[in-house]
Amino acid sequence: MKLIIAVIRPDKLNDVLEALYRSEVRGLTVSRVMGHGGETERVENYRGTTVKMGLQEKVRLEIGVSESFVDITVRAIVRSARTGEVGDGKVFVLDVGQVHRIRSGERDEAAVTPALPVEA
Amino acid sequence: MTFHPLLAAVQDAVPALVPADTAWMLVATALVLLMTPALAFFYGGLVRSKNSLNTMMMSFVALGAVGILWALVAYSLAFADGSALLGGFDHALLRGVDVNPKGTIPHVLFMAYQGTFAIITAALISGAVVERMRFGPYVAFIVLWTLVVYAPVAHWVWGGGWLGKLGVLDFAGGTVVHINAGVSALVAAAVLGGRKDYARQAILPHNVPFVLLGAGLLWFGWFGFNGGSALAANASAATAFVNTFLAPMATLLVWALMDSMRTGHVTAVGGATGIVVGLVAVTPAAGFISPTSAIALGAIAAVPSYFAIVLRSRTRLDDSLDVFAGHGVGGVVGALLTGVFAEKAWGGFDGLLAGNAAQLGVQAVGVGVSLLYAGVMTFGILKLLGAVVPLRAATRVEGLGMDISQHGEEAYTSGEGSILVLSDGGTAPGAVAPVLAPQGAAN
Repeated sequence: MKLIIAVIRPDKLNDVLEALYRSEVRGLTVSRVMGHGGETERVENYRGTTVKMGLQEKVRLEIGVSESFVDITVRAIVRSARTGEVGDGKVFVLDVGQVHRIRSGERDEAAVTPALPVEA
Repeated sequence: MTFHPLLAAVQDAVPALVPADTAWMLVATALVLLMTPALAFFYGGLVRSKNSLNTMMMSFVALGAVGILWALVAYSLAFADGSALLGGFDHALLRGVDVNPKGTIPHVLFMAYQGTFAIITAALISGAVVERMRFGPYVAFIVLWTLVVYAPVAHWVWGGGWLGKLGVLDFAGGTVVHINAGVSALVAAAVLGGRKDYARQAILPHNVPFVLLGAGLLWFGWFGFNGGSALAANASAATAFVNTFLAPMATLLVWALMDSMRTGHVTAVGGATGIVVGLVAVTPAAGFISPTSAIALGAIAAVPSYFAIVLRSRTRLDDSLDVFAGHGVGGVVGALLTGVFAEKAWGGFDGLLAGNAAQLGVQAVGVGVSLLYAGVMTFGILKLLGAVVPLRAATRVEGLGMDISQHGEEAYTSGEGSILVLSDGGTAPGAVAPVLAPQGAAN
């Protein structure tokens, strides 16, 4: 299993979530982060103060997936997060030592996407 | 003879200033001016945070653009002597607008008071085009709109034009302000097209407390809007004031009831909207109906606007902040109900319930004319403007947000990663710049 970390534009988050949903990837963590990916620095003015905004708002996704879902997940993210402009973000795929599902005690492949449907 | 107290006050001029009237109108003018910043908060809270400054500036910029236009020429077009269709240029550049009485207050004060109406009417339209319309074309639009739509319609109803002579009752601007702005908003939304995310994903208000703050300040300012439309500190002002006090209370209650029946909750955004709808609806009727009628009018007005909003959100038409459902529908309901509830004992005219069914017909003419005129003219202005400059921001810019793209500012910035630019163009020593790759170096 792998941990997929993606850093994307905030306004692409909904598109990415939709693409992941359609690819049947379930379970992820989202955080708001600041980052810099080589895009042109924005100049802003606040009365007498001129600033270059070096960091942009980004959204970071963390998704634990089984081997069979790695390519599916990466493709879904790349396809849905792309605008073609500098600053679209990155996807990192990392090896993971262990995964535990807290609720059930399942571990590793059993604890990440795809999970068996849970009866209510 | 005229049929309107506002006109009557102006034309049956007592050739003397009345200090009490002047004092009240000074206060009323400041109250109405506050409504435009209030609207900025009401609208600003309803949009996403990345567009909040742009949305608020769409209201604030009207203070400058429409206010100065009013003084230069629009006031003259609305209120100077002219034909039944349009005023003349006698008061252009404020010529002849001095401290001599207009009614019982200084002419210059009358001009300023009416100017606050023109400003907020133009700003109201912005709610239909937020989060996508470019700022420059927007300013050009409200300037043209004030000249081509607001000034003539204000002249027709209040400036001695043909709708006033016909007997249309519009105490404080149900037709001139709200129907005008409401239908123009509907047309503007249709011409511009929806936001790129509209009906694809949920677009939620970013600051509901702002919405409540805005609604509260609007109500406060509205006492000047309706109470001041008597143009004097008299019984008519008191009637309008108390009706402005009561009608939104009834609308708020009915709105809350419908909200809880439909969704199971009384919502804050719904409450704020209900208050504004009640204020809109009572505007044309304020000085013509009894306080008990105002309660009924406020209660009735909640229903059509409520369902107009529910219906709109199921369509493709992105009147983003429901300007038509609130001001258009609310204004039409208010204008028609003025013809139902008017009572001679309160405002000098009888409506349907007092046996004068003809008044309702006259009201309907006023409604129809303004719907048609404002709708057609707004369409024309936007098509013309759109042929010269793009009205909408590019999709990519819309995604980034209008605050950064249109104003180079953010509403809620932490300042993290910002580099101070010094006056010589360099950056401050110790700036974090070296950490960041030079532009285009990485991808």
